Amino acid sequence: MAVKDYIRERFFPHIWCPGCGHGIVLNGLIRAVEKLGVQKNEIVMVSGIGCSARIAGYLDFHTMHTLHGRALGFATGIKLSRPELKVIVPMGDGDALAIGGNHFIHAARRNIDMTAIVMNNRIYGMTGGQYSPLSGYGILASTAPYTSVDQSFDIVQLAAAAGATFVARTTAYHIQQMIELLQEAILHKGFSVVEVMSQCPTYFGRRNREGDAVAMLKHMQKITTPIGSKAKAEHPELIERGVFVRKELPEYCEAYDTIIRRAKEGK
Amino acid sequence: MAKRKLKEHRINREWCKGCGICIEFCAKKVLEMDQEDKAQAVRPEDCVVCKLCEMRCPDLAIEVVAEEEVEEDIG
Ligand SMILES: Cc1ncc(C[n+]2csc(CCOP(=O)(O)OP(=O)(O)O)c2C)c(N)n1
Ligand code: SF4
Ligand code: SF4
Ligand code: SF4
Repeated sequence: MAVKDYIRERFFPHIWCPGCGHGIVLNGLIRAVEKLGVQKNEIVMVSGIGCSARIAGYLDFHTMHTLHGRALGFATGIKLSRPELKVIVPMGDGDALAIGGNHFIHAARRNIDMTAIVMNNRIYGMTGGQYSPLSGYGILASTAPYTSVDQSFDIVQLAAAAGATFVARTTAYHIQQMIELLQEAILHKGFSVVEVMSQCPTYFGRRNREGDAVAMLKHMQKITTPIGSKAKAEHPELIERGVFVRKELPEYCEAYDTIIRRAKEGK
Repeated sequence: MAKRKLKEHRINREWCKGCGICIEFCAKKVLEMDQEDKAQAVRPEDCVVCKLCEMRCPDLAIEVVAEEEVEEDIG
């Protein structure tokens, strides 16, 4: 199918700023779904609130645009009632890990079969550039005019420690890797987390003098490296890209079904 | 698979926001910004149909069409 068959064309051109990384995630996700050959009506996309969350409105899957930070809660209900559907939950870093942090760690711990995509632009884009738990130390934001003194989460480490059974990271620059990782994450049975480092040129880029979208993408290329590369050994500050966790554990809906069966049989 | 030959770049001028991503990261320097800040293919003969511009466009505004795909469309 063509790209246009996966989108709701009536909402285009979309609302995102010129060069917003979230648009590249939209692009990559469409290609991942196309390559997998999954039917549109086999996918439910559940999002919260944020620039990132608007991605759900642009895609012609079953979609739900819910509450800030609560997308995983809604998604859990959908998955438990219709486990045959593929559930994809795109979230901003604030959505996933500030207000939604608790939903995030518990969805990971339960290993419920869904794909969480964290579109990490290290800022609250939609509300005007407040710092997020991913901004990190020394970052300028509208709520940190003299720079942030908060340390940031490491999404990969957090997801892995919380129990996610597939954990990966890539960037908006590394589009081919993004497409591959999203495919694998969607196929993985269990809770999958894909962090996509994304650029918000409007708030993060401008305020932190990282320049426009092109400059921000070049920066991502420079500060990341494949997992275990030689460059990483020489420059430990580089951020690794690739698959960090890939393991099998009982999936939540299946485990729950087993319990229901046992209860019915009375043993 | 045979090397794909370019048929055309389809650039949706209504959707292109002139971010310059496709232009900057094309290894063959096929694209440029026109006077209205829209991407334009100025050296199509150099295009190797890698489609990276198409995949990286945040606005889904550029499509690189290869010859055989066109035949497929018709057939
Ligand atoms: C319960 C609630 N609290 C706060 C808000 C205001 N709000 C909307 S989006 C947002 C944060 C957006 O940042 P992020 O999730 O990182 O996504 P981005 O816009 O950067 O893609 C906030 C705080 C809200 N909509 N609902
Ligand atoms: S404010 Fe930032 S995150 Fe929101 S659309 Fe603009 S560039 Fe994207
Ligand atoms: S990447 Fe897309 S929106 Fe940006 S200049 Fe190229 S065609 Fe236009
Ligand atoms: S397909 Fe590749 S070579 Fe052709 S214009 Fe796009 S990026 Fe350049």
